[in-house]
Amino acid sequence: MSNSKRCEVVLVLALLLVAPWVAAGEELSNETCLACHGLEGFAGAEDRPLFVSAEAFADSVHGPFSCTGCHTDVGAVPHEETIKRPGPKVCAQCHGDVVAAYEQSIHGQATSNGASDAATCTSCHGPPHTMKRSTDPGSPVYQLALPRTCGLCHGDPELAKRHNIPVANAYQLYMDSIHGRALTRSGLLVAANCSSCHGSHDIRQRSDPESKVNRANVPSTCGTCHAGIAEAYFEGVHGRAFKDGNPIVPECADCHSAHAIARVDTDPWKLKILSECGNCHRQSLRTYRDTLHGQVTALGFTPTARCSDCHGSHRVFPASDPKSSISPVNLVATCQKCHPRANENFVLFSPHADPHDREKNPSLYYAAQMMHYLLIGVFAFFGMHTGLWLLRSLFESREPEEPRRTPSDDAAESEEE
Amino acid sequence: MMSFLGLAATGLPLRFSWAPWASNLAHAIGGFRVVLFFHKTFAVLLTLCFLLHLGYLAYLAFVRREKDVLWGPNSLVPQPKDLLDLLAHFRWFFWAGPKPRFDRFTYWEKFDYWAVFWGMAIIGTSGYVMWFSWFFALLVPGWLFNIALVIHSEEALLAVWFIFTIHFFNSHIRPEKFPMDLVIFTGRVSDEEMRGERPQEYRRLLREGGLKSIEADPPPLWLRNFGRIIGFSVISTGFLLFGLTLLAFLRA
Repeated sequence: MSNSKRCEVVLVLALLLVAPWVAAGEELSNETCLACHGLEGFAGAEDRPLFVSAEAFADSVHGPFSCTGCHTDVGAVPHEETIKRPGPKVCAQCHGDVVAAYEQSIHGQATSNGASDAATCTSCHGPPHTMKRSTDPGSPVYQLALPRTCGLCHGDPELAKRHNIPVANAYQLYMDSIHGRALTRSGLLVAANCSSCHGSHDIRQRSDPESKVNRANVPSTCGTCHAGIAEAYFEGVHGRAFKDGNPIVPECADCHSAHAIARVDTDPWKLKILSECGNCHRQSLRTYRDTLHGQVTALGFTPTARCSDCHGSHRVFPASDPKSSISPVNLVATCQKCHPRANENFVLFSPHADPHDREKNPSLYYAAQMMHYLLIGVFAFFGMHTGLWLLRSLFESREPEEPRRTPSDDAAESEEE
Repeated sequence: MMSFLGLAATGLPLRFSWAPWASNLAHAIGGFRVVLFFHKTFAVLLTLCFLLHLGYLAYLAFVRREKDVLWGPNSLVPQPKDLLDLLAHFRWFFWAGPKPRFDRFTYWEKFDYWAVFWGMAIIGTSGYVMWFSWFFALLVPGWLFNIALVIHSEEALLAVWFIFTIHFFNSHIRPEKFPMDLVIFTGRVSDEEMRGERPQEYRRLLREGGLKSIEADPPPLWLRNFGRIIGFSVISTGFLLFGLTLLAFLRA
């Protein structure tokens, strides 16, 4: 007996059992529905599974509610097989404001534009008959489980390509980030997951001014957890310029990235951040590379001064500001962090001296020029000398010019004299 | 020789810190602290050699009162003859005159000597200024450390490139010497070579009867082979470093 045939038999038997108790127009009880749907293996046409575990449903967040609350198109038993799968509209009966937010979100927009693979309520919250509260560790949107749930789609480069999502591997990047590790390895409930930054039902595109990750909103979004850092940032020169609407000044993600946020005490981060600063402060990075500090970091070692060691990281001030770590009043103390015996003379060393700048560093300029021309002079002269010598030598026979002399020759010569 | 190569190998990665080989070399040596440790160790070693040499010269000149250390054919002090030799050598390059008759020290050997002499003084001084910057900061303003670094690295580059190209050619690679002059290891040259390379000295010694006193057995084979092994290693290391630094220099 084929599977569908067996189902049909079960269906008929079940109907025969419940039919006597069901009168038209009467509210259907869950027991009535489960009389059929609660039978394991219960399925419709083309083996569409129609089984609902009574136990699991009773345990779910929707357990106290009746089946017809969501399946509004079922009025009597038996019912047509064509009843619809309830969508967000049905959820909105109870969760009105959540669904309203969803409909404005990028997922809601995509769904209403006909994208079949865009997330709807159940994509994230799980199958409706076993749905759990988001605070329940069994829920796919539980704090610690959410990244995996989002990653079902946002770890798929093919999906990203189909929908022009700029970050194709957000899930992979996140899982390797400090947030991802804190969450998955340490189970830290305070670690940021996807929704901490992007929101949940109201997720918007980054370009949308309402988006929590829109450039204008990034510092306050990060500041939700990193309140102290945000305060320091807004105090510093970058944060103040940011507030004034400066479009190129860095916000959090410009230095720390968005999904691949790394620990700041690791060597790769310490070395990479230099070029982040150098993206804008090109000249400073170039002159930094001329000093031992910059050479050591260029070789891939970190026990030396990097940008933030002298300038600070979030609380960056111009040298003219007495609050600045590189202001003349603080410079000795700043250098002393690494050079304990640094004094007023010592800090006259310029960590960004440009040997090409005659105005600012005349003595260095002339020293560099002198060395430059010494090098050119020596190699020009000896290059020529060597070249000519080589050519001449190749033609020269290797016979010694001086004839062999014997002591008697020597005696003869002295007699001649 | 060892300290020079050691200083070059541990210093050049910093000078060309942007090149991949520089980073690899520094990591292979054992990291920045190890590189710096070896650089300083070789620096002290070379400083000791330099001071020993100065002491020896002072002993010869002031205790043994050997005036020919300071002047004459046995002195490394430039003589009028050196300038004439230089001009004559150029004439010979163009087939416009006979090969100059060199004495004990040729003009290019004297240049090598003084270049190294001046180089050690300059590079050494600037190096110690940076090493003990906290001490020198008691005496001089800090911007001198900027200058010290420029002078240290450029003068060192000059020294390294000069040795690995010009000196290698003049003393080892040129056809008369190819592939290398082993005299630094053996301390001896053949009668024939001396007549060819330093006819003036040969004749002078012959006349003064000094030739007998420097007569020696030919160097044993093991000594020559030992010299060849060390020499080849040094020359190939030198060429390798020269090639890598030149590429990095041109790419910058």
